[in-house]
Amino acid sequence: MRLRGRVWKYGDNVDTDVIIPARYLNTSDPGELAKHAMEDLDPSFAASVMPGDLIVAGRNFGCGSSRQHAPMALKAAGVSAVLAVSFARIFFRNAVNIGLPVVEVESIQEEVEQGDVLELDLLSGTMANERTGKVLSFVPLPSFLLEIVELGGLAEYVRRRVLG
Amino acid sequence: MGMTMAEKIISAHTGDQVFVGSIVRARVDLAFANDITGPVAVEEFRRMGAKRVFDPSKVALIPDHFVPSKDIPSARQAKVIRDFASEQGIEHYFEVGRMGIEHSLLPDEGLVLPGDLVVGADSHTCTLGAVGAFATGLGSTDVAMAWALGEVWLKVPPTLRVDLVGAMPRWVSAKDVILHLIGSIGVEGALYRAIEFGGEGLGQIDMDGRFTLCNMAVEAGAKAGMVPPDGITLEYLGPRAKRPLSPILPDEDAEYERRLVVDLSGLEPLVACPHLPSNVRPVSELRGIRIDQVVIGSCTNGRLSDLRAAAEVLRGKRVAPWVRLIVIPATQGIYLSALREGLLEVFVDAGAAVSTPTCGPCLGGHMGVLAEGERAVSTTNRNFVGRMGHPSSEVYLAGPAVAAASAVEGFIADPREVVGG
Repeated sequence: MRLRGRVWKYGDNVDTDVIIPARYLNTSDPGELAKHAMEDLDPSFAASVMPGDLIVAGRNFGCGSSRQHAPMALKAAGVSAVLAVSFARIFFRNAVNIGLPVVEVESIQEEVEQGDVLELDLLSGTMANERTGKVLSFVPLPSFLLEIVELGGLAEYVRRRVLG
Repeated sequence: MGMTMAEKIISAHTGDQVFVGSIVRARVDLAFANDITGPVAVEEFRRMGAKRVFDPSKVALIPDHFVPSKDIPSARQAKVIRDFASEQGIEHYFEVGRMGIEHSLLPDEGLVLPGDLVVGADSHTCTLGAVGAFATGLGSTDVAMAWALGEVWLKVPPTLRVDLVGAMPRWVSAKDVILHLIGSIGVEGALYRAIEFGGEGLGQIDMDGRFTLCNMAVEAGAKAGMVPPDGITLEYLGPRAKRPLSPILPDEDAEYERRLVVDLSGLEPLVACPHLPSNVRPVSELRGIRIDQVVIGSCTNGRLSDLRAAAEVLRGKRVAPWVRLIVIPATQGIYLSALREGLLEVFVDAGAAVSTPTCGPCLGGHMGVLAEGERAVSTTNRNFVGRMGHPSSEVYLAGPAVAAASAVEGFIADPREVVGG
């Protein structure tokens, strides 16, 4: 799986309350949620994000509430992957489960700036930064998680088991 | 080599010997969701092509976040889980008037027992580890898979063992113990880990306090918090359990990734300042910060012991004129007990609003949303930017005694000074 996108860069401990504030959780419609993605951290995000864009963050991305609406909002807003130093565990699962790739890259904060364009190969675990020309490697997702991502999420994965 | 509680419970649900780091498929004893996460789970369940839940007696649905419904979209979401419960013959559905905040209600109903493996589409599912279960929060799709197949995939976590020692001073509560721990190890100090509490100090912490301890394990990033069952656990479960009890204890020689000791005698009432639960300071350093609202309730501190602690501070006193005090018993059962004990009368006499059970204000949903620049002291569990309302509002997290004392003073206050002793 190859992805190419422009970077929105944030810091450590980006919590699910700022990714999608609870005042918008009276719906689970992805398009509605996308209108408010990242609103309490970066009010400019939802209006400016382009299909294929990437989120880059520091440690413990997606901490807090288990709301799956958080990765749903990002995916529906056009985000094609989230790269962080580390992820909170429920966000990590939720992202995989809805087919939003998540990638842990130890040195991402030092190597990437806001607006950089990155090219990712999720299978081989490489990330090329077009501005610096540097290529970083990361540990790819285990194959069964990549399979879930490629199927677009866990629902399709389970459907094949239920029907199979 | 011995095993931790987490390893033993997961192992008992896979049929295989498990090791830290191994990814396993585990059977679940209970899989639940609420009115926010439930509708997404129902949709995912249908997308999976599933027709019936694996076992209706092992599924629970609890409308607790935005109920009694605050607006039409919320009413629709509550209706989705009500209709699903009816369609699937799910008996553990709890309607407004008979419900409670899920993490208080489920153990009080005897639905979570020692050794159980429980998953819930809510991050504070870790609360339930207080009875000696392995309980972890997941997202809606994971819970939909559990409903469809009766199992989830899990990575077996390493364990952080926290031993409590020493005598707990008056006015120090379980909330202060867990805030101290989160302040010490940070909001990712237990990321992907299980936290197992132990030590002779646990004997001073009742079940209500143990739920508080395990509740905020997730605020340190943990997958589960758990307390090995003892006499206090069994006394609580005795009248509630509808299945035989078979407690699972950690082995004496269990291998822990890390061990910490918390000396309870050295603690004082604590407050987590905006905007992280790890930003913890003694209340004595924060006196004089003016506040607008106090919330006493939630899955963290809405139990009878919490209400008693608050009432002890509030009895015969008045809430400061500029403060709104909102008290929310966590379940209808707790509400009724507090009514019969006269606690609700103490709150209303003091000038508080007493609400039916709801998660509402904790996540800025309803029943106490903050305006621009407003500041709250709350017994809840998160103080992130915008958590209880406007992004410029602020939340200070504390135990019920500090919250009640602050409501009386109108500023962050120390119960030791407001009540004395």
